[in-house]
Amino acid sequence: MSPAWNTPVLPAAAAALALALAACAGGARLPPPPPQTFSAAEIEKGAELAKLADCQGCHTADGGQAFAGGRPLNSPFGTIYTRNITPDPRTGLGRYSREAFIRALRRGVRFDGAELYPAMPYDHFAYADDEDLGALYAYLMTRRPKDQPPTPNKLIPPANIRGAVAIWKALFFHPGRFQPTPGRSAAFNRGAYLVQSLGHCGACHTPHNFLDAEETSKPLQGGVQEGWYAPPLNALSPASVPWTPEHVYSFLRTGFDRDHSAAAGPMGSVVRELARAPEADVRALSVYLATLMQPSPAAKGAARPADHVAQAAAAQPAGARLYAGACAACHDAGAAMMREGRPPLQFATPPQEDRPTDVVQVILHGLQPATGPRGPYMPAFAGTLSDAQVADVAAYVRARYSDRPPWKDLASAVAKARRQGGEG
Amino acid sequence: MSLVLTVNGRQHTVDASPETPLLYVLRNDLQLNGAKFGCGLGQCGACTVQVDGKAAYSCLLPVAAAQGRAIRTVEGLGAPEAPSPLQKAFMDEQAAQCGYCIGGMIMRAQALLDANPRPSEAHIRAHMQPNLCRCGTHMRILRAIRRAAGLPVEAASA
Repeated sequence: MSPAWNTPVLPAAAAALALALAACAGGARLPPPPPQTFSAAEIEKGAELAKLADCQGCHTADGGQAFAGGRPLNSPFGTIYTRNITPDPRTGLGRYSREAFIRALRRGVRFDGAELYPAMPYDHFAYADDEDLGALYAYLMTRRPKDQPPTPNKLIPPANIRGAVAIWKALFFHPGRFQPTPGRSAAFNRGAYLVQSLGHCGACHTPHNFLDAEETSKPLQGGVQEGWYAPPLNALSPASVPWTPEHVYSFLRTGFDRDHSAAAGPMGSVVRELARAPEADVRALSVYLATLMQPSPAAKGAARPADHVAQAAAAQPAGARLYAGACAACHDAGAAMMREGRPPLQFATPPQEDRPTDVVQVILHGLQPATGPRGPYMPAFAGTLSDAQVADVAAYVRARYSDRPPWKDLASAVAKARRQGGEG
Repeated sequence: MSLVLTVNGRQHTVDASPETPLLYVLRNDLQLNGAKFGCGLGQCGACTVQVDGKAAYSCLLPVAAAQGRAIRTVEGLGAPEAPSPLQKAFMDEQAAQCGYCIGGMIMRAQALLDANPRPSEAHIRAHMQPNLCRCGTHMRILRAIRRAAGLPVEAASA
């Protein structure tokens, strides 16, 4: 333990604990209201916000009932299993009054006053309006209840002690309020609000420090979650084709943009929900995110798509042969998939990224259509290509489809991605 | 270029350029025609064989990457006069209509049964999901797999 984080901790932790205990006294322990007291308009608004927040992405297990929790989330400190947020009175949100729910989302405190792990992105939800959080409560409290006790987390010390979260909060959890930018359009500010609050884009797209807190000084500069790299969404965007609002909208709405690439990994569930979210809100997200990416190299004409066929074949002959047999049937000019309107690989972001994570993940685990059976699909190669062969193909893709230097850590990236599996 | 492949336990030396898909070598050079060319894109599963015990699309496997690995095709399971238990189950359930997908279906199902001789219904369905049958005999294919696994032929709920 370094002295730097030793010194300020104890008084701050004591203060945080005292605050948490004091908070128990308020309206948090009131019984929840009966479902018929929520208005239809409030429930409908909550339904929209739950899609924008992709609550299901974490709170629904594979094959499980919606919102009943149990999905494993990886962290540097082990595995956290998400909780049941159906209105079940024993194991779910039925134990939360409206006030307790808002407190949980805004301050990361459980109904009984215990700390919630920051896997729950309350550092973003703290920026949401009370009215929006109340609508979310109305929506979740009118879902079908499911009695599903929590799966115990598998965390290493000291993270396995919930009280340790108080220290984490004292160090890193200092939310403010959302501030609209004067002089910007209503759509821009709506997008900014959703990105910062319920959308919690930074939970993946912002780098995290050694205690898994977002580095708030580097918002949306790219981060790693669940074994995937979430690329920067600002001036650092490595895209080779500029992201206009129309391109961002297509990507968020359908999981696919014909001048970029397909949503993959944890972004799959995000776009599955955004496909059904209010169009105006997805448009607002697109306006805001495209504005953030306006100073990127592609938008300024300093980056453009590359296709160095001869150089790549000379530099990576083994990768070139494997690509010709395993990839070219879909990805080469004139191939069936190209005629379907799939983007050529030099338009895709992963080959441009600073790390090989996403290219390796997609080769190993393929792509499943995110928003329906007509979405982009790619078969997995984990069963047929060895680690060395996957690394060869990735090195070839980098050499052929980008102007950037070769990736250095390919062998370890492949071994790591194979251990983690497609969804982390 | 001369390559050595191990197919159904036998070594074969073939002359092929390294990027040639394994499927073409199996069919054109080794006359093993059980694996079929369907889409050539890894989307239908008609070309499925086993590589080191796992189901693999042979249309997307460069032959250079198949060297030194145990390749198994439907011909390696049994013959018409002596079918394997899974092949016999496919016959008993009349699981083939046109039959084009069946070689791949059997090889994918066999990979599952080799790893897990008594899979659950959900496991069978998830495992067989990548392979398509345009005649629509999926229900009979599932019955054949259950039969081969010694499970009740009529599905319990998935």
